[in-house]
Parts: sequence; structure tokens; C-alpha cells
Amino acid sequence: MTDVQWESLSNWAVAACGIVYFLALLVHLAEWASLRKVPVAAGAASVASVDIPGGVAVATGPGGEDDGQVRRTEFLGRLGYLLTGLAVGIHLVGLVGRGMAADPDRVPWGNMYEFTLTGTFVVAALYVGLYHRLRLAWMAPIVVAFVLSVLMVAVIWLYSPVAPLTEALSSYWLVIHVVSAIIATGAFTLGGITSALYLVKERAPARESGYVARLPKLEVLDRVSYRLHAFGFPVWTFAVLITGPIWAHQAWSSYWNWDPKEVWAFITWVVYAAYLHARTTAGWKGRNAAILALVGVATLWFNFIGINYFSTTSQHSYAGAPAFETPDVDSGVLTVE
Amino acid sequence: MSTPTPTRTSLSTRPADDDRRPGELTFRELLRWIWRQLTSMRTALILLLLLALAAVPGSIIPQEGVDSLKTSNWQADHPKLTPVYDRLGLFSVYDSPWFSAIYLLLMVSLVGCILPRTWHYWRGMWAKPPAAPRNLTRLPDHASYVAAGEPDAVLERAQAALRKRRYRLSVDGDAVSAERGYLREAGNLVFHLAVVVVLVGFAMGGLLGYKGGVILLVGDQYGFSNTPDQYDDFDPGSLFDADRMEPFTFSIDDFSWDVYPTGPRAGMSRGFESRLRYQESIGGEEKSYELKVNHPLSIGSTEVFLIGHGFAPVITIRDGKGEVVYSGPTIFLPTDQTMQSIGVVKAPDAKPTQIGLEGEFYPTVAFSKQTGSYFSVLSKPADPLVSMLVYTGDLGMDDGAPQSVYALDKTKTTMLTKKNGAPYRIDLRPGEKVALPGGIGTVSFDRLEEWNKIQISQTPGKFLALGGVVLALIGLLGSLFIRPRRVWVRARREGDGTLVEVAALDRSGGGDVAVVVDELVKALQQQPEEKKQ
Ligand code: HEM
Repeated sequence: MTDVQWESLSNWAVAACGIVYFLALLVHLAEWASLRKVPVAAGAASVASVDIPGGVAVATGPGGEDDGQVRRTEFLGRLGYLLTGLAVGIHLVGLVGRGMAADPDRVPWGNMYEFTLTGTFVVAALYVGLYHRLRLAWMAPIVVAFVLSVLMVAVIWLYSPVAPLTEALSSYWLVIHVVSAIIATGAFTLGGITSALYLVKERAPARESGYVARLPKLEVLDRVSYRLHAFGFPVWTFAVLITGPIWAHQAWSSYWNWDPKEVWAFITWVVYAAYLHARTTAGWKGRNAAILALVGVATLWFNFIGINYFSTTSQHSYAGAPAFETPDVDSGVLTVE
Repeated sequence: MSTPTPTRTSLSTRPADDDRRPGELTFRELLRWIWRQLTSMRTALILLLLLALAAVPGSIIPQEGVDSLKTSNWQADHPKLTPVYDRLGLFSVYDSPWFSAIYLLLMVSLVGCILPRTWHYWRGMWAKPPAAPRNLTRLPDHASYVAAGEPDAVLERAQAALRKRRYRLSVDGDAVSAERGYLREAGNLVFHLAVVVVLVGFAMGGLLGYKGGVILLVGDQYGFSNTPDQYDDFDPGSLFDADRMEPFTFSIDDFSWDVYPTGPRAGMSRGFESRLRYQESIGGEEKSYELKVNHPLSIGSTEVFLIGHGFAPVITIRDGKGEVVYSGPTIFLPTDQTMQSIGVVKAPDAKPTQIGLEGEFYPTVAFSKQTGSYFSVLSKPADPLVSMLVYTGDLGMDDGAPQSVYALDKTKTTMLTKKNGAPYRIDLRPGEKVALPGGIGTVSFDRLEEWNKIQISQTPGKFLALGGVVLALIGLLGSLFIRPRRVWVRARREGDGTLVEVAALDRSGGGDVAVVVDELVKALQQQPEEKKQ
């Protein structure tokens, strides 16, 4: 296949996975809409051990409710999950196509568009992968809506044609660095969603119906959130404090430069360290920890998108001489990281 | 605001609230109180958040240590804010007193918190699991059932089952206590101590090391020897000692690179490679090295990086009397990916008037009718051209004040113009020469040379810092994924059978011990049947 064909395959796949995500979202919305009619008590009664992580299944079990309706809900839930899985597969095709379209072939994260494409892929893939382990059914509509809307932003505003990486970017350290940063970003984003739902649920703990009532108990939300963060934090540490500096050292002679990207990666790291502390500090548990997790996600995504608009400081600019690693606008994400 | 999370465990090192008795506070008690506050978990948490907050300004306000040029430009644009910001240390946030204060406090707090815990952990290493609470069913995760056998047999089975699951055991009376996951705390301690190691390594680099850059022309007639005065910019740490600089010398024999011929980045450069000839010490053996982007050369503890390149047209100026008043490769600084570059030439000794040139260099020139100006179509020098304006008068170089070689002080000069008032511009290709109007001299563009920007740095402590982070990561993994838990099994005769109570406690707050209890109960109930068969 030629590069041009790869590129159009990638564009096609991104569009297709967007459509499938959209279908998955519709299905999940239908699932939750039909659940509105089922009283929570019925569904909750079936949950034997609430201490199983994420331990709330979507209303199942032998409550007093209409059997057909339950079966329909279950079916919709499963269908939504399958559609999401399918979309993740097509999403992957889009990513691979993007990498193959470049000359020479490369990892698909040369610019904001590709980074966003990869980031949303990881969020969705982590969700699909952890779905059974952490029982994430309740998260479905939110995750799918999130992935879909970020993907739309990427396609509409961030799209840029395939381009080769600048020389300083072709280092395998960078590959490891970016892979781990993206994986951590995915985990933190899922953790942030969980924490946000924790706060929502906390405000209305006694709701009888609706989406909020179907969320797992606060304790479970808190634990799922902790697990996601506990996974993300070491990965982020590896990305930002090990591979990032190693690569920076290779490329521009100094492993830590207090460059805005680095500063914000560090801030994110410190905030998540604070989150982990908060969970073990009396008085900071639960609510405050959840707020800190949201602050963490905010700093994470600000670093990815926002910082480019606040600061354009480049490395080692020598009276305006572009060095090899000079960031240019469309690859702003990676070149200064 | 109360939180609904049950307080299962409290590993907080927060001091008891009634530690202070107002009015009765002796000085020693005050010190002790301050120390306890400082080393409390809550203080650590607040300091962490403060550190994050304090790092923010440095990412928005340009920093001297990161980009001095941008900082001075910003300062020129904000004359009112600059003195205020300067006093607050906002142009060098990361070595400002207040930023240092926060992380030093954090370090003190960390050490003050971790050392006692290490000691405590050390002594606890050999401790027996704590005895079973009186009422196991009060614990949030518990189960009970009535078994057929004798209590002792149940406890035997419980011990076997728990030992298989690598618990540490102790039996007292009617209960078995078990504990596992001791290494979690060790991981946590390793992590926190490693953070200190990283900071020491980082501080060593900042204080003892240096970083410098030099623009060196390509060709074996040009060379560099590693002394501070040979650098164009030199940024030493505050405890830097020039005696520790490695006495190497090098020259760039050859520099090659190519250009993307097609595609969206057509014209962009790639494949940079410099052949370096170097000696590790004066009179030492001559070696050579292919210096590439991402492939630095290490000489002792110093590293040499290739980080930029550009063109240097060789320009000669003769003055009105025909004397050569300037001749040599002139460094032009690229401004974009097509390597369009800017530069100046100064001839302060020219007579009858000083001559200054300022303008652009285009590696492969083209003319745009739309903008009415030249532009560069390719970064390779296929059709190079320098296009410069001419200034005469006083270049301001006699008053001794240092001047940038890349800028022309035009305040006391006049620009040469044509009769119609338009600027007089000299456009030269290699080998061409023009006579300036008014017989003030001639300018020629003899040939083209290239330069490399070389970055050189010495960063002591970098392996210490790296080792520290790796250690921290390992500790962190232990701390996050080893699940410390305690399990108790109590068996008591009750009526005909034996009442068995099982309870478990997760000490990290992140685990789900209900599963542990379920699983253990299943194992205990299964075993006798197996035996019967
Ligand atoms: C540079 C500053 C610090 C950083 C980056 C940091 C980071 C962390 C992290 C990431 C954890 C999570 C590990 C886990 O959840 O098991 C943690 C746990 C902990 N930290 Fe820190 N910490 C710092 C300072 C301190 C200080 C000053 C104290 C003493 C008051 C402290 C006491 C603790 C304790 C007791 C835990 C264990 C919590 C638990 O068992 O879950 N830390 N720290």
C-alpha cells in the first residue's frame, strides 16, 4: 500500500470508529433510559457482595421487576460494550494507518491530532480491557461520550496531514516516553471520570432512580478510582521522570530544563502524589481526594492542550536560531515535552 | 464536611489533637509541637499542593535560566511589572527563595517522617501478627459459619491454609492471627528515601555542573578548546569550578545533511552528521566521532551535543581606500525551516565612514511577486544569496559597552538610500562584488561556509538522580501493589458444632478483603470433605 492509501485508510477508519462509538453511545443511552423505569431497590438487591470491586451490576437478578425489561437492558448493555470494543479495533486501524502513512514509517504521534487520536484510543482500550476486572458497566455512557467528543475535536480542529518527525524526535526513548505518557493519561482520565461521578453521587446519595442511583456505592467508586490512579501514577512517574529526562538529555544535553511542558508534567505528578496522600490522611479522604483527582486531570489535559497557548518558550533558542528540536506549531506537543 | 467512607485504618502520622495545652507550653514543648506538625501527613499534603502551585508561575512567565532572550524581551515590554516580578524572583522561580523554602520544608518533613517510620518498621519486622480483636464480627469484612469438627482441627486447617497463602502466623488461644504484605511499607519507605536521593542528585547537577553553547564553523582550520572563554553562552552552577572542566579540544572536519525531497515537509532538513576530530587532552591521541542528533559524544564526564546548524557567508568589505576592513565567515542565524537566516556585518575601522550591513541569507533564493521580496525555497544552498541594507555613521562600538555580534546599533547611523528614497540594498551571490555608492567601499560575497551549534554540558549526579528515580519507582510499585492485610480465624465450641469466625482487614485502604474472606471460608469448608473422600 502506498503512503497515500495508508493515510486515507486512516482517515476512513477514524470516521468509521467515530460512527461506531456513536452507535455504542446510543445503545448505552437506551440501556440507561430503560433502566429509569426499574426501581433501584430491585437492581440493588441482586448485588450480593458490594465489596467486590465496582460491585454493582446493572440491574439484573430476580427482583420484582418485569423480566423482559431486564433482559432487554442486559442485552443493550452487552451490545454497547461489544460496539465499543469494535470501535476500539477500528480506532487501532486508524492509528496504525497513520503511522504507516509517514515516510519513514513511524509511531503515530507527531502532532496534536495524532496524540489525541492515540490518547482517546488508550482511554477506550483501557476501559474495554478493565471492564470486567473493575466492573465498569456504570461508566459506559460517560467514557464513550468522552472518547467520542474528544475524537470529534481532534478531527475538526486538530487535524493535520501526515508528516515525518523532526530529527530530535526519532529516538526510541521518545517512543517509550510517549507510550507510557499516553497510557498514564488514559488511566488518569478514567480515574478522573470515576472521581467526578463520586462527587456527583455524594451530593445525591439517596436518589431513587436515574443514572446516579445506579452508580456503585461511594466506597466502591472511591476504590475503583484509587485503583486506576494507582496504576496511572507509576506509569506517569516512568514517563515523566525517567524516560522523558533520558530523552531530553540525549536530544538537548540537559535532562531537566524547567520547560513549561516539563513543569506541568511535574505539577501533575505532584498533584497525584497529593491525591495518594489525601486518601490516607484523615479528613481528606473521599471527597477531598476526589477533588484532587479532578485537579490532577485538569493539569494533565491543560498540559496537553492549554499550555501551548500560554507559553511558547522553546529550548535553547540562541538569538532565534532554530535548533534541530525547535518546536513548530503543529508538533508543539512533542517537541517541547 | 463528613465523608461517608468508613475509617477502617488510620495510618496518618498526625499528632494527637490534644498535644498542646494552651498556657502551659514550654519552649521545648513548642519545638516538639512544631516538629510534630511539620512531620505530619497533613503538612506533607499541604506542602505538596503548595509545591505544585508554586511551580505554575515559572511556566507562564519567561524564565532567565530557560530562555534568557525571551525573558529580556518580556522585561523590555513590561517596564512596570519587571521590577516587581524581579523582586519576587518570578524570572527564576525554580531557584527563588520561596520555591526553595517549600521544597526544603518538604524534604525536612519527609526525612522527619520517614526516619522514625523506618526505625519503627525495622523493629516491627520480627513482630508477631497482632492478636485477634475480641469481636471479629465488628470488622467490616467478616464471615461466620458453623463447622462440624473440633475447634482445634479448624484452627489447624486455618493455619495450613494461611501458610499456603504466605501469611505470617501466630496462634493464641482460640484464634489464629495472620498477616502479610510487610514489604508494602518497605516499598513506601524506599520510595520516600529515594525521593531524597533524586533531589540530592538533581542539586549536584545544578550546583556543580555547567552547560554551555558554542557556534563553531565547519572546517579543520577552526577549533574549540574547552575553557569557559571559548563559549558563546556559558551557564555554570553556583559551586562550579572551572578546574574540573575536561581539557579537550575538537574541530568539525565535515558536516553533512540532506533534505526531504517531497512530501509535506519537503525542504526540511534531516540526517545531520558531523565528523568530529578530537583530543581528550592537549597533546593526546587524536580520535574521531560521528556526532549526530540524539547521539552525543562523551568525553570523561562531559558530553558534547549537536543541536543546531546554519550558514556563514564569507564576506569581505574594503573601505574607500581599498583596505580590507572586514573579511571572514559571518554567522547568520536561521529563522525558519527553509534556513532563511539573518545576520550583520560590522566594519568599524572603515574610512571615511564606518560600514554596517544587516540583512538576510537565502540558501536557495526565489522572488515572490506577491510580497515583493525574496524568500528561501530550500534549506540546501542551491542558489544562495545575501541581501543586505547598508548603514554608515557611528556603529556605537567605540564606547566599550559590549554589543551583540548579531545586532546592529543603528541609533547613530544612516541607511543608504537610492535616489528615489527607497532603501539601497546589495544582493550578492557567491563570487560577486559590489561597489557601494559614494566611493565608501566595496562588499564581496566570496564563498559559503557552514557552522554547527554545539552544546556542551557536565552534569554531576545525573546517574545518582536516575538511580534514585528508578529506585523510587520500584519502591512505589511495592507500595501501591503489595496488599498488606491481616486475617483472623477464631473457632469456638458452640452447641454441637464449632462456630468459626473469619475476618480480614486491608491496611492500605485500596483492597477488597471481602474476597479474601470468602475465599478463605471456602477453603476452610472444603478441606474436611476432601479428607473424608
Ligand atoms: C516529596 C514529597 C513526597 C512525595 C512525592 C510523596 C509521595 C507519596 C506517594 C506517591 C505515596 C503513595 C504510596 C501509597 O499510596 O502507598 C505516599 C505515601 C505516603 N507518604 Fe508520602 N510523599 C512525600 C512526602 C511525604 C511526607 C513528608 C510524609 C510524612 C508526613 C509522607 C508520608 C507518607 C505516608 C505515611 C504514606 C503512606 C500512605 C499509605 O500507607 O498509603 N510522605 N507518598
